Amino acid sequence: MKLHEHQAKGVFADTGIPTPSSQLASSVEGAVDAAESIGYPIAIKAQVHVGGRGKAGGIKLAEDEDEARSAASDILGMDLKGLRVEQVLVEEAVDFTDELYVGVTMDRGEGKPVAMVSARGGVDIEEVAAEEPDAIVREHVDPAFGLHPYQARRAAFDAGVGEVATDVARVLSTLYELWEEQDATEVEINPLMVTADGEVVAADAVMNVDDDALFRHADLAEMESEAAADDLERKANEYDFDYVRLDGNVGIIGNGAGLVMTTLDLVDYYGGAPANFLDIGGGAKAERVTNALDMVFSDENVESVVFNIFGGITRGDEVAAGINEALGQFDEIPKPVTVRLAGTNAQEGREILNTDLVSVEETLEAAVQHAVENAQEADR
Amino acid sequence: MSVLVDDDTRVVVQGITGGEGRFHADQMIEYGTNVVAGAVPGRGGERVSGVPVYDTLQAAVTEHDATAVVVFVPPAFAGDAMFEALDTSVDLVVTITEGVPQQDMSRVYRRLEETDTRLIGPNCPGIITPGQSKLGILPGNIFTAGNVGLVSRSGTLTYQVVDNLTQRDIGQSTAIGIGGDPIIGTDFIDALELFEADPDTDAIVMCGEIGGEDEEEAAAYIDDHVATPVVGFIAGRTAPPGKRMGHAGAIVSGSGTGTAESKIDALESADVPVGDTPAAVAENVENRL
Repeated sequence: MKLHEHQAKGVFADTGIPTPSSQLASSVEGAVDAAESIGYPIAIKAQVHVGGRGKAGGIKLAEDEDEARSAASDILGMDLKGLRVEQVLVEEAVDFTDELYVGVTMDRGEGKPVAMVSARGGVDIEEVAAEEPDAIVREHVDPAFGLHPYQARRAAFDAGVGEVATDVARVLSTLYELWEEQDATEVEINPLMVTADGEVVAADAVMNVDDDALFRHADLAEMESEAAADDLERKANEYDFDYVRLDGNVGIIGNGAGLVMTTLDLVDYYGGAPANFLDIGGGAKAERVTNALDMVFSDENVESVVFNIFGGITRGDEVAAGINEALGQFDEIPKPVTVRLAGTNAQEGREILNTDLVSVEETLEAAVQHAVENAQEADR
Repeated sequence: MSVLVDDDTRVVVQGITGGEGRFHADQMIEYGTNVVAGAVPGRGGERVSGVPVYDTLQAAVTEHDATAVVVFVPPAFAGDAMFEALDTSVDLVVTITEGVPQQDMSRVYRRLEETDTRLIGPNCPGIITPGQSKLGILPGNIFTAGNVGLVSRSGTLTYQVVDNLTQRDIGQSTAIGIGGDPIIGTDFIDALELFEADPDTDAIVMCGEIGGEDEEEAAAYIDDHVATPVVGFIAGRTAPPGKRMGHAGAIVSGSGTGTAESKIDALESADVPVGDTPAAVAENVENRL
């Protein structure tokens, strides 16, 4: 789960990390009011989950009311890489002399956290990592002990951040504690601005939380639906599906992440375009099947659906009964559905399936090709 | 022959009184796995699936001279369960549980490095040596004994590939589901090393997916250390960056590491053919045998 900037800043500020004063606004008037109370100059920042917001026109500076009004009306409602901007953060513009980077993430290869500092903040840190890896100082953390204060200091001094090194070390230590306490997978301040007075301020805030640990963070879990990117993803949260929306027109439902990904790949391989990733997981009771079909039919781009289940412990005949029941509820099937069942009791399942409602194919390849043809037919 | 599990593997099921634990304990016993006991705190003295239950895992392991533990404990308690399992010093721990918090797993991983125990998982279907023993939730009926070793990050994708192999009458020596999480015990390289050393494994299938750099590292390892023919598959060619594709570990980072393309290139340059479809994988295996 990705927190919005304003949510992450709230969490950071609660731990004592200095952040600029800011207010959230969802209307032009609200933004202007916020700017007046904060005092100019201000920055107006789109609250959407896309990288490179600034370059895409999602961040603007304003010196006075007119500029604030025009910036807010430009940004609110704009389309940023496919996402509509509903909210902006109105924030005190920081007068800075330097831009640094600090962050903590999981090094999955090592199986342990890594804390990072760079004097090259304010730009895409992944580009810095690719072009000049030595410009980022990394400290691996033993999860049994946490980040030792000396490690935070060493990272800051070795990164060459100058006179603010001990302040940067303190921010990094706080950030690590936050990372650990909140079960984050990533926390990042980029840029950590150094002001003319020699203070450090978190001008941006990134915080991603481990979905699997939300059960022990009720406060963060509450932020989840607000943080969801679009309506379909929100719906998927409610249904408890692993779902990712894509921009094609072949809807995909299957069981098991690897097999669903493979089904997407095959749709592409046979000349189609996948509309989504949807893993219904183990078991395929009628309700779960109904919800999955509701998800894909709710996507207006979908022209055809492929349903691919490999029964392991899940039995093919149970899945088939679930599909019949789910599709039987429609007066008219919204889009053609192709089903492929394999594994345990697959033969029995295929015999049960109502072919008035669905097309049945025996192999994964044939089912995908059929679904792609259906989608291409609809396009004509 | 086989790797890691066989007729002699003596298994304790941790969490045997839960729905999943009980169901799969029955399934394992039916398959022929030597399940000797279960462990659930507060349920000692009961019998489930015909085997005695102990309050502590240590008692179950000691009493029955167990060599392996299968963990079916819910995610919130799975980290603790794995620490308990590692403290018994059994040879093998297999964690089926999906959704173990990443930081819990990071601590378990650190402890694991101090022990001689092998961990498979978490978030995996387990391991099977067809006709002898299965530890986990793999559907025994789709596997047949043979000479192909299989290692995969995904459960149902494994079943799909096995199905394609079966259509060509190709059986398996052992199949290992290593799991789809970012931090796992046994990885591709560990599995490749085991299969390479097994005289009855004549070819290896490796099913990877997007995310991380394990497949790239495995490709380099194959180049240097593996003489047995290896055939590959990579899921997630169409996955967009920054989105978690079901598995916690299946994510292409914003900077473009962990892509299918990078993995396929690495494998192909290690002379590992990567099939476009699961059916093509089975064909590649047949060609290399």
